[in-house]
Amino acid sequence: MAQLNVNPTRMELSRLKKSLATAMRGHKLLKDKRDELMRQFLEIVRENKELRERVEQKLSNANHAMSLASAVLGKEVVNSALLMPKQGVRLTLGSKNIMSVDLPTFQTETKSDNPEDIFSYGYAFTGGDLDLAIGQLSEILPDLLLLAEKEKSVQLLAGEIERTRRRVNALEYVMIPNYQDTIRYITMKLDENERGNITRLMKVKDMMIKEQFENKQNV
Amino acid sequence: MIYMSKIGVIGDYDSICGFSALGLDIFPAENAETAGELLEKLASGDYGIIYITESYLKMLPEAEETYAAKMTPAIIPIPSASGSDGFGISRVKRYVEQAVGSDIIFNEEN
Repeated sequence: MAQLNVNPTRMELSRLKKSLATAMRGHKLLKDKRDELMRQFLEIVRENKELRERVEQKLSNANHAMSLASAVLGKEVVNSALLMPKQGVRLTLGSKNIMSVDLPTFQTETKSDNPEDIFSYGYAFTGGDLDLAIGQLSEILPDLLLLAEKEKSVQLLAGEIERTRRRVNALEYVMIPNYQDTIRYITMKLDENERGNITRLMKVKDMMIKEQFENKQNV
Repeated sequence: MIYMSKIGVIGDYDSICGFSALGLDIFPAENAETAGELLEKLASGDYGIIYITESYLKMLPEAEETYAAKMTPAIIPIPSASGSDGFGISRVKRYVEQAVGSDIIFNEEN
């Protein structure tokens, strides 16, 4: 039994009762927040897992194609072909609020609308392998962006859920029991004082009656 | 809050050279140490997403810790040219464990 170090007074009692009510309400709210966060989290993390598996699979395919290209064409040719990219990507950052957690949203804008612009080289000196590899990579890009968004969300949500869970547990297992124990202690102490008071009054009354009785007999 | 930002890719040259054609900014690094320095530089610049090969990110846990609670940059591991070693998936798994307390998403596989 853990109780707070307070004076057993009526003032303190009413103050503690108010705190307990607040703690209970906070606990309920935080618990709801935790449950909702968890629901969102599980949804996003499932998507994240699927996305990651897909992206890793595709990326390794693209990497194979790339190493094939540099094996066939030679490293220098590939390097010089990729030296001056024609395409550019700009990232627009937004944010989305889930249960007061800010999650990022990513949107991209390409510098040129021509899908051919990912090929930053003339076709004369390079082979089809390189085109294939670059093509595969450009196909992955939307998924890669989505992956970044989901994975960052998962990261942020996981942190927030952990924090919320700690607070819920602190309230549930420490703060609220402490308040309850202290309130019980104060009530019992006050009741005990009350009983002591009543006995004392009865005793005094008895003594006074006895005194009056003796006075009457002496007269 | 909407603003423009850039996408960076850090890794060994062979793993990331293809991304330059797509218009992402590539930053080749020979070892994890230079990768860590690059990561810090990009994170303090206006890079919203930083892709980094998982073999490097694995060796930079404290850098990842620093940016874990911030909205940007999103630091995302990608497999390198030598293939995926499962770090990316195990990272997601770790977040599930952090949030739920036990792994309830991935254990259905084994």
